Amino acid sequence: MNGTFGGRLANALTPAVGAVGFVLLWWFVTWLKWIDPVLLPSPQASARAIWDGFIGGNLVKDLVITIRRTLLAFGIAVGVCVPLGLMLGSSVRVYRSLEFVIDFFRSTPASALFPLFLVILGVGESTKIAVAAFGAGLLILFNTAYGVMNARKTRQAAARVMGASPLRVMMGVTLLESLPQTFVGMRSGVSFALVIVIVAEMFIGSTDGLGQRVINAQMIFNMPEMYATIFGAGVLGYGLNLIFIVIERRFVHWGGK
Amino acid sequence: MNAPAPGTHITIRGLTKSFAGQPLYTGFDLDIPKGRITSIFGPNGCGKSTMINMVSGLLPMDAGEVRFDGKPLADTVIGYVFQNYRDALFPWKRAIDNIKYPLRIAGKSKGECDARADELVQSFDIRFDLNHYPYELSGGQQQLVSIMRSLALHPEVLFLDEPFSALDYEMTLFMRDKLQDVFEATRTTMILVSHDLDEAVYLADEVLMLTRRPTRIAEVVRFDAPRPRHPETLTSDAFTRAKAQCLEVFQREVRAREA
Ligand SMILES: Nc1ncnc2c1ncn2[C@@H]1O[C@H](COP(=O)(O)OP(=O)(O)OP(=O)(O)O)[C@@H](O)[C@H]1O
Ligand SMILES: [Mg+2]
Repeated sequence: MNGTFGGRLANALTPAVGAVGFVLLWWFVTWLKWIDPVLLPSPQASARAIWDGFIGGNLVKDLVITIRRTLLAFGIAVGVCVPLGLMLGSSVRVYRSLEFVIDFFRSTPASALFPLFLVILGVGESTKIAVAAFGAGLLILFNTAYGVMNARKTRQAAARVMGASPLRVMMGVTLLESLPQTFVGMRSGVSFALVIVIVAEMFIGSTDGLGQRVINAQMIFNMPEMYATIFGAGVLGYGLNLIFIVIERRFVHWGGK
Repeated sequence: MNAPAPGTHITIRGLTKSFAGQPLYTGFDLDIPKGRITSIFGPNGCGKSTMINMVSGLLPMDAGEVRFDGKPLADTVIGYVFQNYRDALFPWKRAIDNIKYPLRIAGKSKGECDARADELVQSFDIRFDLNHYPYELSGGQQQLVSIMRSLALHPEVLFLDEPFSALDYEMTLFMRDKLQDVFEATRTTMILVSHDLDEAVYLADEVLMLTRRPTRIAEVVRFDAPRPRHPETLTSDAFTRAKAQCLEVFQREVRAREA
């Protein structure tokens, strides 16, 4: 049945069912006016707000700013925490001695650190990025170290016996060996950085970014705009995740094999 | 220190190792002959892997000294074939790049790497595509790639820890003969750990029989059948005698501990 044209068409359309159903339900609810249209505008009105935001408004500008902050925070987190995780994971003793501290801060909601970073860095760009980098970094650090510690030792032994220096073993074998787990950390890290950046844009004296746009729209009761911005944030989160999955498949083609 | 016997390649003196306070080797001495295949046979957990890992520098020893033709390990080119090829090859490199890895490490030029890889492909008569990744190859093909990689630098000594134990019977027979071909062509000193007594004897010039821990040499059984050896070797008188002798030593050692 799956081989027939109809079967293949059905297979291709299956993933769209949920999305179409969701929009239909939304439209149905607003059409019947079950919910005050001021609170829940129709899909058409929201689509128009998204369209206007993209064409005339500055939705794109805010989107780009949020992306920039997220990627900056993420880049810092990767640059600092992947090497750190490698070092940490290579020495069981060092890891054991720091395990509690890492676990503790990993479990501390990063948003609770805003006041601390505000005191240190002031109300500006750096605080938003620093908190996001901190939160994402811990996730990356923990996962990288974990990946190194749990890597089978045979390949490292094989490289050593073939005469590779400790540095080459580290860069050429251990790093790659831990890559699947490092990617898990990076994927959660980038999502986390986005969450923190958006929260920071909402509440930490921001004049731009998706978070600030959402909260502004809400304050002036521009619901279509608010929904449009939420939608934009959703697309961003989903897109980042998707990009990561694609990169991961290319880079860690051996994962799970 | 005892002078090594003539024809010795590897001299092991005073090798000492314990795990968690339990001695495994205490003052262990051994001479391994040059240009020969030495099989190591002994009960589970007697320290066969531990020994070749210490000799090849993968595991530190508590005390003792190992020399290769009088040189330290650092000045010696060695090859090592692991039992578990799945965990020993680099899955992020194509098979051919796995083979070239030790050459790259040794700082050879691209031309030299290619030339040596071609040479290995020729001598192993490889029919499958080495541009695949290891996980795309069968177990036997992967172990073949491992062996080629271990030979890339023309090692003076080749260590093999149960290299065929994860392969099916047909592949095992094929690989034994491949290994024998390599040996005939290069006369590399080989140290082979095997759990299969037939295999240990069939390939060996000497079978090193080990006792249970604390580990000693129970006996060294010689097997002089001419090379190349064939499946018929397995039914020859010389083979039957050597194997019977090994079995006798093995049973004596096992009983000695139980008594
Ligand atoms: N890292 C370690 N920590 C503690 N004990 C160890 C360690 N490695 C090996 N041993 C012990 O040392 C002994 C020898 O181990 P080894 O792996 O060398 O045996 P083997 O002869 O190769 O056994 P097998 O035939 O099962 O491969 C075993 O009793 C094992 O439990
Ligand atoms: Mg073993």
